[in-house]
Amino acid sequence: MTRRPFKLVRIARAGGHAGILVFFITFLAFPFYWMLMTTFKTTIDLHDVSKNPFLFNEPPTLEHLAVLFQDTQYLQWLINTGAVGIAVVLITLALAVPAGYALARMTGPWAQTLGIAIFLTYLVPPTILFIPFARIIATLGLQDSLWSLVLVYPSFTVPFCTWLLMGFFKAIPRDLEDAAMIDGLSRFGAFVKVVMPISLAGVLTSIIFAFTLVTQEFVYGVTFITSASSYTVSVGVPTFLVRGDVYFWGSMMGACLIASVPIAIIYNFFVDRFVAGFTVGAVK
Amino acid sequence: MATVEARHISKHFDEVRAVDGIDLLAREGEFLVLLGPSGCGKTTLMRLIAGLEQPTAGDIVIDGRVVTDLPPRARNVAMVFQSYALYPHLTVAKNISFPLRAVGMQRDAIRKKVEWAARMFGIERFLDRKPRQLSGGERQRVALARAVVREPVVFLLDEPLSNLDAKLRNSARDELKQFQRVLATTTIYVTHDQAEAMGLGDRIAVLNQGKVIQIGTPQEIYGKPMDTFVATFIGSPPMNLVEEGASYVGFRPEAFLPREVGSSEDSVAFPFRVTRVEYLGADRLVYGVLEGRTAEAHVISKLPNNIRAEVVAGERYDFVVRKREIHRFDRNSGRHIDGRGDDDGNR
Repeated sequence: MTRRPFKLVRIARAGGHAGILVFFITFLAFPFYWMLMTTFKTTIDLHDVSKNPFLFNEPPTLEHLAVLFQDTQYLQWLINTGAVGIAVVLITLALAVPAGYALARMTGPWAQTLGIAIFLTYLVPPTILFIPFARIIATLGLQDSLWSLVLVYPSFTVPFCTWLLMGFFKAIPRDLEDAAMIDGLSRFGAFVKVVMPISLAGVLTSIIFAFTLVTQEFVYGVTFITSASSYTVSVGVPTFLVRGDVYFWGSMMGACLIASVPIAIIYNFFVDRFVAGFTVGAVK
Repeated sequence: MATVEARHISKHFDEVRAVDGIDLLAREGEFLVLLGPSGCGKTTLMRLIAGLEQPTAGDIVIDGRVVTDLPPRARNVAMVFQSYALYPHLTVAKNISFPLRAVGMQRDAIRKKVEWAARMFGIERFLDRKPRQLSGGERQRVALARAVVREPVVFLLDEPLSNLDAKLRNSARDELKQFQRVLATTTIYVTHDQAEAMGLGDRIAVLNQGKVIQIGTPQEIYGKPMDTFVATFIGSPPMNLVEEGASYVGFRPEAFLPREVGSSEDSVAFPFRVTRVEYLGADRLVYGVLEGRTAEAHVISKLPNNIRAEVVAGERYDFVVRKREIHRFDRNSGRHIDGRGDDDGNR
């Protein structure tokens, strides 16, 4: 008697579960699907509104990618973005790791206030900051140099990652550091050998976030860089693939796909693996 | 083996005097328990000894050497935390060998030591596991093995049993005492659990509000409490205290017996109106009020099962306490009168 309703409830629950999953997978994967389709569709197919836009109505083509790699300096932009990204990530870690740790371990009312103050600097928009930054860059003689970006980008990656890392460090029980110090390490040694390995997830997360913030930045890039060979992807693509009112949709989508897929893959690999359950079992 | 001494040590956090001028000596090989209610400063005192806190004033002396200015790693003490503080990213073997690797011991020697410590606590099977794959009891053993492995001069144990379930706690307590006997290492043990303190300690230091109130063997602490705080903190149920003029009269619930069983030539009688009787298996707890007093005097009697005297709620009985079981405390200071509580240990 009681079995059937239970079974129905279970089926309904499983169905609901699957439904939610399908919804989110569709929601998250759709941009990638759209980029992929647009990259390989012929221009005629792309602009033909009478056909099903979700399918290839004509055979796929490589012409958009050819435009991207042969008519623009896309490869150079990728290299520029990667180089700036790596430099910014290194600078960010060098500053944000000690800052985040200090804020996490500082006691008293100042710690919280200081943490919030640092985060607030992240909220000042680049559209305001690029004007004073332009003066500074000019004074330093770094116009049209990738170094200008390496110098300016930490202004938003450092506060963000400091805040992020502070959360991770706070989650590490102090007992672990105390134990390491009693077990023969200095405070710095305890930080390097115990705190850092445990917060690897946090460090990886901030690396990915810092790198992502760099790849999507536009205002500073377009302000400080003038020659095409020094562009980053986010500046080069709209500058060269939008000519007047002509949009090179296929090439643009190809450029976006190539830039975003590696980050998406890395994100999946690391964040998913490290974020959960890393401190479980340390205490209690 | 070493002695551990706190010389007039104080630790103030802003306005709060967590540790307020404590003098304490743990003798060589002794199992000294720091007992007190939460917030009494016992953990802070232990952290001062470990070097995790810097004292506001006073010195810590380990093995005759003043170590106040030395960092924890230079004090050769081992500590077991209430949370165990196992390194979650390392295997059990790596956890145990951590202190050895920190001092750069040879690989072969490390392996032997780890095996020795693991065997001692019966955790050889878990050496390749991570802490999160262990049960609470197993984690506790790993923490102990990590403390033992480098043969420190002092063990500091901060409520190491409080995260275990009640059944496991009893057996763990027993084992802990045996290991301490075998290793004969000076041990300082923090707890708020009086049963643990009584069972484990060679001596107990009772702390309250940052001060050591009394230090002595479990028998001394129980039998000759220095003041009303110790008298009511130790013992379950606590000592009965009854106002009498300028003093309190105190007697243990188990010393408060019906006339027909407890009477002798040196006993004092109390008319006792019973309000409630609790049957606890091995004992009966009899709650009631002493009659013929100005203030309501609520007292408890603890009658072991072999005392069969009938006691019924609502009735009035004559209960007695032997004279030598009666303690008197000054009403203002709470101190024991008669000087009986003063002849304890070296403070």
